[in-house]
Amino acid sequence: MKLLRWTTVLCLLGVVGVAQAGNKADPNLARNLAATCANCHGTDGKAVPGSGSEALAGVEKDKLLQKLRDFRSGAKPATIMHQISRGYTEAQLELVAAYFAAQK
Amino acid sequence: MLNRRDFMKTAALAGGAMALPGLSGCAMGSRPRGHVVVVGGGFGGATVAKYLRMWSQMGVDVTLVERNPLFISCPMSNLVIGGDKTLADITMGYDGLKNTWGVKVMQDTVTGIDAAGRKVTLASGAVLSYDRLVLSPGIEFMFDQVPGLESEAARNTVLHAWKAGPQTVALRKQLEDMKDGGVYALAIPKAPYRCPPGPYERACLVANYLKKTKPKSKVLVLDANEEITSKKGLFTKAFEKYQGILEYRPNSELREVDAASRTAILEFDKVKADVLNVVPPQRAGDIATKSGIKLINSRWVDIDWLSFESVNTPGVHVIGDAIFPAPTMPKSGHMANQHAKVTAAAILNLLVGEAPNPNPVVMNTCYSFVDSKNVIHVASVHQYDADKKTVLPMPGSGGVSAAANELEGKAALSWARNIWADMLV
Repeated sequence: MKLLRWTTVLCLLGVVGVAQAGNKADPNLARNLAATCANCHGTDGKAVPGSGSEALAGVEKDKLLQKLRDFRSGAKPATIMHQISRGYTEAQLELVAAYFAAQK
Repeated sequence: MLNRRDFMKTAALAGGAMALPGLSGCAMGSRPRGHVVVVGGGFGGATVAKYLRMWSQMGVDVTLVERNPLFISCPMSNLVIGGDKTLADITMGYDGLKNTWGVKVMQDTVTGIDAAGRKVTLASGAVLSYDRLVLSPGIEFMFDQVPGLESEAARNTVLHAWKAGPQTVALRKQLEDMKDGGVYALAIPKAPYRCPPGPYERACLVANYLKKTKPKSKVLVLDANEEITSKKGLFTKAFEKYQGILEYRPNSELREVDAASRTAILEFDKVKADVLNVVPPQRAGDIATKSGIKLINSRWVDIDWLSFESVNTPGVHVIGDAIFPAPTMPKSGHMANQHAKVTAAAILNLLVGEAPNPNPVVMNTCYSFVDSKNVIHVASVHQYDADKKTVLPMPGSGGVSAAANELEGKAALSWARNIWADMLV
């Protein structure tokens, strides 16, 4: 019993350690970032069929990333995506593209 | 049988033993369990309910308490007022949340919060225990700021139609009944209020309707603000198209209303209208303002931007229009949906003893119709700033449409279908 209690205390300390770690990346960062796109592109990139919005689920990572880069640079004309893509870092866009590529 | 606490201890023992001296195995990788109660089934509440279930692989129990039987969307409701859509077009049920996601939906009203005991009381008398509580109560109107609107009768004559539903239909009816040559006056409160571009969109869509059907009529916009608060250049251009019908008056704060004669009383002027539409000043919904939760300016909830948890009431998260916004952050349905996802992710971390994601991102898109087909947008992306402990717009990002266009008219309708599905299906 004593061992159990001590371990629980140590564990709690460990958890506090995690909580104070600050900028350690969240394991669900890609999922969380991709969720910011769902309002227009559907949950997990599965756009409502016939809505006219582009489905991103299952799109090849490199293809999607290039498109996002082209929106950012202005190479690809857009009504709104040039303004939105500039709000994310290159690393964030990579995470988002990889996440959607992995969606079936 | 192990109960949950014993299980956690045993798991911790096993994890701790394996991971010593690092201890990192303690809570990491545990599947979140627990019960989250969500209050309010709008853009924020419905989204957080779905995402908590989806992201926990149905491991976390979610109860959604919503007073209305159906969801009616504020975005797109100006199209109903302008006669371009019907209320049925912007109404959806909660069946998807119930049947697909296993959310327990209760049509009820939360009347009290016992934050220390982690319980809420409902109007029906039921008491719900929770591990985490999410309030997405939207806005409450400050009718006390508009003398003359104290009585129900006055409020049934001078409508706000700023919560979609019966008032949306009633305002449409008033416009249909208005004679050609009548005056529609719309009073806008000082910012911040729900949906910054909404009043200007409404003015355009009412003008669009009157121009086609009752061209001798007038739209009078009485804005308490010193200028158009959102998409100023684009709305100024749109207003020019309604020249002769639409008149915009800045610095025109409503002081009082005489409901019987539909008269708006300003500081130096009185405006008699045939249809008077007053959007009153607003604050966070009642359940957030009457539960001891810390407010800013006595109106909006003060939250921690990493988790949307109240700064003084542990275990209670508040999202959507009810919060004190970060710099340049609008009160919009889109933004409430984004708050909901940051909150769902944070709660799932907290339920297994992990810190919330230290780098949350939210973004906003607001489309506004300037007539039945042409639309303008404003967009922004906001990222957490660890030094300032708030979310700030990313430099170089965001912006507005180059000009009103039909392509974005289609995008706006697509946005609605996708966001409604993202929260409810």
